[in-house]
Amino acid sequence: MPPKTMRTICQQRTPMAAQDPKQRIDNFSEVTLGYSLADARNEAERCLMCPQEPCVKGCPVGIDIPGFIQKICDQDYRGAYEVLADATLLPAICGRVCPQEDQCEGACVVTQKLESVGIGRLERFIGDMAIAEGWSSKPDIEPNGYKVAIVGAGPAGIACAADMAKAGCDVTIFEALHRPGGVLTYGIPDFRLPNTVVDAEFEKVLQLGVKVEANTLVGRLFSLAQLRNELGFHAVFIGTGAGYPSFMGIPGEALNGVLSANEFLTRCNLMQAGEFPARDTPLHMGRKVAVIGAGNTAMDAMRVALRLGAEEVYCLYRRTKAESPAREEELEHAKEEGVIFQWLTAPLEILGDADHQVSGLRCIRMELGEPDNSARRRPVAIENSDFEFECNTVIYAIGTNANPIIGQTSKLKLNKRGYIEVDAEQRTSLAGVFAGGDIVTGSATVILAMGAGRSAARSMKRYLGIKEAEEMEVSDPARPRAFGIDTRQQQFTRVRLPGKERAA
Amino acid sequence: MYEILAREEFSESTFLLEVQHPLLAKAANPGQFVIVMVRADGERIPLTIADYSVARGTITLVIQAVGKTTRDMQQNCRVGDMLYALVGPMGIPSHIGEVQKVICVGGGLGVAPVFPQARAFKQRGAYVIGVIGFRSKDLIFWEDKFRDVCDELIICTDDGSAGIQGLVTDGVAQAIESHPDIEEVIAIGPPVMMKFCAETTRPHKIKTMVSLNPIMVDGTGMCGGCRVSVGGEIKFCCVDGPDFDGHQVDFDELMRRLDRFKAEEKQSLERWSRATNCRLQDEEPHTPQ
Ligand SMILES: Cc1cc2nc3c(=O)[nH]c(=O)nc-3n(C[C@H](O)[C@H](O)[C@H](O)COP(=O)(O)OP(=O)(O)OC[C@H]3O[C@@H](n4cnc5c(N)ncnc54)[C@H](O)[C@@H]3O)c2cc1C
Ligand SMILES: Cc1cc2nc3c(=O)[nH]c(=O)nc-3n(C[C@H](O)[C@H](O)[C@H](O)COP(=O)(O)OP(=O)(O)OC[C@H]3O[C@@H](n4cnc5c(N)ncnc54)[C@H](O)[C@@H]3O)c2cc1C
Ligand code: FES
Repeated sequence: MPPKTMRTICQQRTPMAAQDPKQRIDNFSEVTLGYSLADARNEAERCLMCPQEPCVKGCPVGIDIPGFIQKICDQDYRGAYEVLADATLLPAICGRVCPQEDQCEGACVVTQKLESVGIGRLERFIGDMAIAEGWSSKPDIEPNGYKVAIVGAGPAGIACAADMAKAGCDVTIFEALHRPGGVLTYGIPDFRLPNTVVDAEFEKVLQLGVKVEANTLVGRLFSLAQLRNELGFHAVFIGTGAGYPSFMGIPGEALNGVLSANEFLTRCNLMQAGEFPARDTPLHMGRKVAVIGAGNTAMDAMRVALRLGAEEVYCLYRRTKAESPAREEELEHAKEEGVIFQWLTAPLEILGDADHQVSGLRCIRMELGEPDNSARRRPVAIENSDFEFECNTVIYAIGTNANPIIGQTSKLKLNKRGYIEVDAEQRTSLAGVFAGGDIVTGSATVILAMGAGRSAARSMKRYLGIKEAEEMEVSDPARPRAFGIDTRQQQFTRVRLPGKERAA
Repeated sequence: MYEILAREEFSESTFLLEVQHPLLAKAANPGQFVIVMVRADGERIPLTIADYSVARGTITLVIQAVGKTTRDMQQNCRVGDMLYALVGPMGIPSHIGEVQKVICVGGGLGVAPVFPQARAFKQRGAYVIGVIGFRSKDLIFWEDKFRDVCDELIICTDDGSAGIQGLVTDGVAQAIESHPDIEEVIAIGPPVMMKFCAETTRPHKIKTMVSLNPIMVDGTGMCGGCRVSVGGEIKFCCVDGPDFDGHQVDFDELMRRLDRFKAEEKQSLERWSRATNCRLQDEEPHTPQ
């Protein structure tokens, strides 16, 4: 067969079926329906198998992307799963929620001329098949007697737990809420990431022997010091997430009808307030909903509001669409579903009625000025451009701050903003205590949190004197397995173990 | 699962549950609270840890049946039953300062929660004046427990059937009058009661700590539903509190925010009452002769 080139491959990315926007805003079923077998094979054939593999470098957990795509071309789906499982236990989740356009797909050489290979969709396809077929990748685990505690059952904690369990440690995850998953469970709604998918992939982590203690608020039920000294854990990983939503401090924030996206989404996703009164947790939402912010959290809140019957949903963002941190697909879906975007608009005041209920918003128009220190152009208010409009619910999705509990109850060194300080190997200021994910970087992404969890696991193994699997194994030497992320700089630095250079 | 080991009725609306959780009993401090879910499809509700015993491995909750969840608990939580979720201790423990003389005020559902503070101050060697308020004599509970830890106890009843007739603020005023050297007041109860306690002590410039009870969801600082205004700043009650300086708290805002779900709470309670009545009626013919 002649080698594939940009000209010979299919010029369009294989589309993924999706529910019709009019129909889907009445339900919480998944919006995108995933690839069929034929779709997956078509799309896999679009990969050029280029030797540079920029996609692998673009992946925070270093998935051997051409490797698993090749297996799909070979119709060896189980093999494709094994390649994925080497780097991630959560392919069905990451395939759905990673910002692929900024990572693997953004780096794909095909994007120089055409739409990139649908890497995320292929990953999801294999992940879903693994769930449907009940595949799991359970290596032979030899217990080594070390007890490891993981604080927080979000993606960072889950990734670290899986790697430590594979290395033979006795791993317990402590989670404050009554269900594991972190943002995957309480934040991201079912139509984007069904909780059944989260549960199914989490189940694979449990199959590695990982134990979960829900309803356990670490720092308050016992301290980090107690975990190490009294409860006998040899090492601890902290992945407690960012939590603690921000407000702006503008007038009217205490009115009834103003809430954070976290509260709104937690009521709906974790507590299923959409089913009130069959479920006990209520939600009080008006006909017109305004959401402040334009990241993934904002998109989720708006799309949930539409599904719960809001008639008009507005997105207010002080910059433009180009600066919005949301995944492209979410912006597109939100637009299709009828969200009304008000770019370059900032709220000044929330207006209320005699019953202290939100009745409207006073906003001001903005324009983009000089670049600020985030390298984005700073929005500047346009004089005398303020205006009012009617709404009954205001949802804040403008980011989060560090959750203070672990800091309040330990001697961990925190940075100025309250996040946990770690070195390049995810080590905190306390010996044997590692940290990663949003509690270190501030709000980031699922895959970065997982990457940090895995990186911490490697560091923890070194601390405990456990040999890396790579050093003991003699399997396929062509596969890179190690990676590292300098989370403080938000750059991906790939670290390869000696002798493991990839045969190009 | 967390087993209920004991239950006690205080009145038609108030009852006590003692729940097994040895780690929690060990970790609990005065002023902290837990979040409870009675069942998997239930709500997460915050309740103050009214007492704890390391020896028995239990914590004690004193609950006032006001709405759907608490009435459901009153009707259905029996000794031997399990709670679906119990998490804590939440919140920053109360600061038990080295003061010589302190008043601990509890009104309504605040009587039980103020007890651990009163005991802690006593253990620190302070002169403790307890002021507890009830509607009438037959609603009084824990009088003996308070007498054990208080140097003076002022009971206030609305109808004068026991102690002095009046509100707890009258009790506080009386205590301040006879003790000019009071250094601190701790007040726990309905927001309106805490507000007026703070107003009573303000002219005397006596430090007054209150324990706030906004609507909560997670109790871990993640949702911001429990936010309150203290000294013009936003605080999350579950992680920054629940104790705050009563002279700085915006109580009116707190009271307005407690009404956020009034319509839904009413609907939920009515639905539950209907279902409970139907069940009771259905069950009647089956009662053994
Ligand atoms: C609505 C929403 C949508 C998002 N959409 C996307 C998306 O599409 N793609 C993407 O890549 N990223 C997305 N993100 C970001 C992503 O979810 C987070 O970056 C990621 O979940 C961080 O993982 P984590 O493990 O660090 O923390 P979390 O997921 O926050 O998990 C932390 C866990 O720790 C628990 N915990 C906290 N404190 C304690 C304690 N003291 N003791 C015990 N347990 C504790 C918490 O309850 C929680 O379960 C989204 C975020 C939100 C809020
Ligand atoms: C820190 C804290 C400690 C508390 N300690 C106690 C205690 O020791 N004993 C006790 O009887 N009660 C206590 N409460 C109040 C108790 O949580 C509420 O009475 C309970 O949630 C009511 O639920 P419901 O379904 O029975 O009633 P609903 O009909 O739902 O509500 C009745 C009233 O309770 C309040 N409330 C409702 N839901 C919540 C919620 N999720 N969180 C907080 N308040 C809510 C509202 O003001 C509402 O008007 C405490 C509250 C807080 C925040
Ligand atoms: S209850 Fe959610 S932040 Fe306090």
